[in-house]
Amino acid sequence: MSGKDVYRTPLSRVRNLGSAHSGTMHFWRQRLTSVALIPLSIAFVFIAIAMLGRNHAAALQILGSPLIAITMLLFIGTTVYHMWLGMQVVIEDYVHDELPKILLLMGNTFFCITVALACVYAILQISFGV
Amino acid sequence: MAETKAPARPLSPHLQIYRPMLTMMMSIVHRITGAGLYFGMLLLAWWLIAAAAGPNSYAKFQWFMETLIGRLVLFGFTWTLIHHMLGGVRHLIWDTGRGFGPVEREWLTLAGLIGSIGLTILIWIVGYLALGGVQ
Repeated sequence: MSGKDVYRTPLSRVRNLGSAHSGTMHFWRQRLTSVALIPLSIAFVFIAIAMLGRNHAAALQILGSPLIAITMLLFIGTTVYHMWLGMQVVIEDYVHDELPKILLLMGNTFFCITVALACVYAILQISFGV
Repeated sequence: MAETKAPARPLSPHLQIYRPMLTMMMSIVHRITGAGLYFGMLLLAWWLIAAAAGPNSYAKFQWFMETLIGRLVLFGFTWTLIHHMLGGVRHLIWDTGRGFGPVEREWLTLAGLIGSIGLTILIWIVGYLALGGVQ
């Protein structure tokens, strides 16, 4: 035990949540989003089946209805958060050099936010344009 | 604090030392399918942006989806999504501490694999029926 550890009481360790400085929030949110994605993914598959093969006007009509648009927004938001958490774990597991790891973690965030924003923008444009 | 170099220590055994097992393979597949869906979301973004952009962009998206490659990508996306979802359900069951017995864990994993293939085929049959048969 190093000298510094002597002054750290169990309470201070708990308050600072150990060396990671965070608790089970990452794990919990991964589970929370995964549970939410079970019904949302099933709904998405049905929406996709309803849309594929239809022409542009019919696709707009389906996506423009509030219930479908809200379901799609929930699906996209939850999916992107879930995959952001998931890819973070994958990067942390396999990339150990500090600089590539930080760059990839940044790239992960940029990618996820861009995908989410693009999808949400498209859905809102369709919804408000109908 | 002075820079200290970590002494070389023996490494714990890693993947290549174990006999491949179904639970282990499906755990790896779960991660691969997750990564696949990550980039697969670009397809969804393309679809939605094309729909928002107008009939011409949407026609291009539809043309791609009707090519053989487009169909294969879509079929792959379907299976990947379903497999990752069933794998997720298995992990949620395991999170509660259930299903870890030597029989249950194999059964759960096999059910996920068979279920994902079966459901994917079912979704495509329903999809084709919804579109009025094979075109």
